[in-house]
Amino acid sequence: MTYEPVIGLEIHAQLTTQSKMFCGCSTKFEQAPNSSICPVCLGLPGVLPVVNKKAVEYGMLTALALNCRIVPHNIFARKNYFYPDLPKGYQVSQYEQPLAQKGFVQLEINGRSQRIGINRVHLEEDAGKLLHQNSKDNKVSWVDFNRTGIPLMEIVSEPDIFSAEAAKAFMVKLRDIMAYIGVCDCNMEEGSLRCDANVSIRRVGEKELGVKAEVKNMNSFRFLQRALEYEIERQVAELEAGGRIIQETRLWDEAKGITVSMRSKEEAHDYRYFPEPDLVPVMVEEGWVERLSKTLPELPDEKRTRFISQYQLPAYDAGVLTSSRELADYFENCAKLFAEYKMLSNWIMGELLRELKQQGVDIKRCPVNPENLANMLKLIQQGVISGKIAKQVFEEMYRTGATAQDIVKAKGLEQITDTQQILSIIDQVIQQNPDSVAAYKAGKTRIIGFLIGQVMQLSRGKANPQVLNKLLADRLKDQK
Amino acid sequence: MSQEEKSNKISIEEVDYIARLSRLKMKPADKPVMQQQLSRILDYIEKLNKLDTENVAPTTHILPLGNVFREDEAKASLSPEAALENAPDKEGSFFRVPRVIE
Ligand SMILES: [Zn+2]
Repeated sequence: MTYEPVIGLEIHAQLTTQSKMFCGCSTKFEQAPNSSICPVCLGLPGVLPVVNKKAVEYGMLTALALNCRIVPHNIFARKNYFYPDLPKGYQVSQYEQPLAQKGFVQLEINGRSQRIGINRVHLEEDAGKLLHQNSKDNKVSWVDFNRTGIPLMEIVSEPDIFSAEAAKAFMVKLRDIMAYIGVCDCNMEEGSLRCDANVSIRRVGEKELGVKAEVKNMNSFRFLQRALEYEIERQVAELEAGGRIIQETRLWDEAKGITVSMRSKEEAHDYRYFPEPDLVPVMVEEGWVERLSKTLPELPDEKRTRFISQYQLPAYDAGVLTSSRELADYFENCAKLFAEYKMLSNWIMGELLRELKQQGVDIKRCPVNPENLANMLKLIQQGVISGKIAKQVFEEMYRTGATAQDIVKAKGLEQITDTQQILSIIDQVIQQNPDSVAAYKAGKTRIIGFLIGQVMQLSRGKANPQVLNKLLADRLKDQK
Repeated sequence: MSQEEKSNKISIEEVDYIARLSRLKMKPADKPVMQQQLSRILDYIEKLNKLDTENVAPTTHILPLGNVFREDEAKASLSPEAALENAPDKEGSFFRVPRVIE
């Protein structure tokens, strides 16, 4: 029997505002415990929350980028439940009439384009942080409310995702879009981007959805894919063995590589949502949407398409270079100074990204600025240095921040193109390697590679390869 | 409907359920009283439901207001001491609660 998985994702993105959703407390990360809280976010009696306009606009920008329809009259609601990380006894969220609805994201999966629906985008506030100590006789937990009230944007997909791989691709796409707009740091490891998945399976061809399990605790893109792969397999095995899937919440255990049922004794949730009386509706007129649309930056897909046409780059290169807005800007700043785009792309994707990745450095802090990289590439183009020497120069530039010109001058790395100079080295090599020369003449022409290597070594890599190849071939012919 | 009339729209079990959701401990004697009061509220809602609201937009707020915003500016918060001053239980800069295990 063949089954297909059906996956829907619920994403929580922490918005990069300075202050909280409904009060002026700072959203800075890692402050002393309970130092960024006030009567509003603690839910003390008599306080009046007021909506952070920037959070609303960040939500709207994201919704627009996800092709959603902004709900012209959207309202906040109270989601009621008791938990020690929730000081008010309810979370302010949006339920009916959320910020935006009915959007989509276009994905490339295995070379096929697929549209994944966005059910809704809404705003809410985060809860506090509970700290536990792992000892059996410990009867208490500690609460830090700094995170309470930090603005979150929830994005809910339609159950349009049919593989773990596609789920990851969808998540990466959302990350790229949000990072481009600058509304979220999008760090899954640090929790500024979180994701829960509803997973069910059904027989291929069937229309009806199976019973779903909710999978949580997947705090990296890789974990997301692995957790879903596991969960799909688990459900298939369960059904194959004649069992049933039960609706439950399961946590991904990365160490064990499995999902584990939470076996929560808590009764079914009954949140009793109702409109938040302390917050008046958000009314969105066309003009507001239009003004915001104009501030939307070029999004990853548009940029990639433009890179392909404007710089004649292969789709792969364009994809890598536009994977972040900063990297794309870096490329374009270089491209203004150096017009051999494919060569530029090769260097950025090769040496530059490798070095950054090895050192764990972000492109924003790249020690080689676009001007220096462009100047080095010009030196190659002008034949001043060889491509091989350039790698050495690049490493030096990366390490010291010096210009290519200075490094080449200081280390005497200029390429030797002077025929006489190269010939004299060639003659030296021919003299020192009579056996190889004899072998060459006897028809083992491949040995020329060895001789080229010898010349290169003696010239400390500086001999111009084209000039060297030609001169050596001619010289060997002359050796009758 | 007079106060004496009995209404049983809400069962005692539902009273228990609502009390549990609200984290309220109720004396057994109070439950029938609560049952009556809650049921009467439902009776009233039923009356409202008979009205024709076909062309009336749902009221989510009674104020004719919208778009009340603040600018995104971080302001001073309470000091941890002040914030924790009325906490029923605390330790250092933390609120302390009975252990919760997930
Ligand atoms: Zn606050």
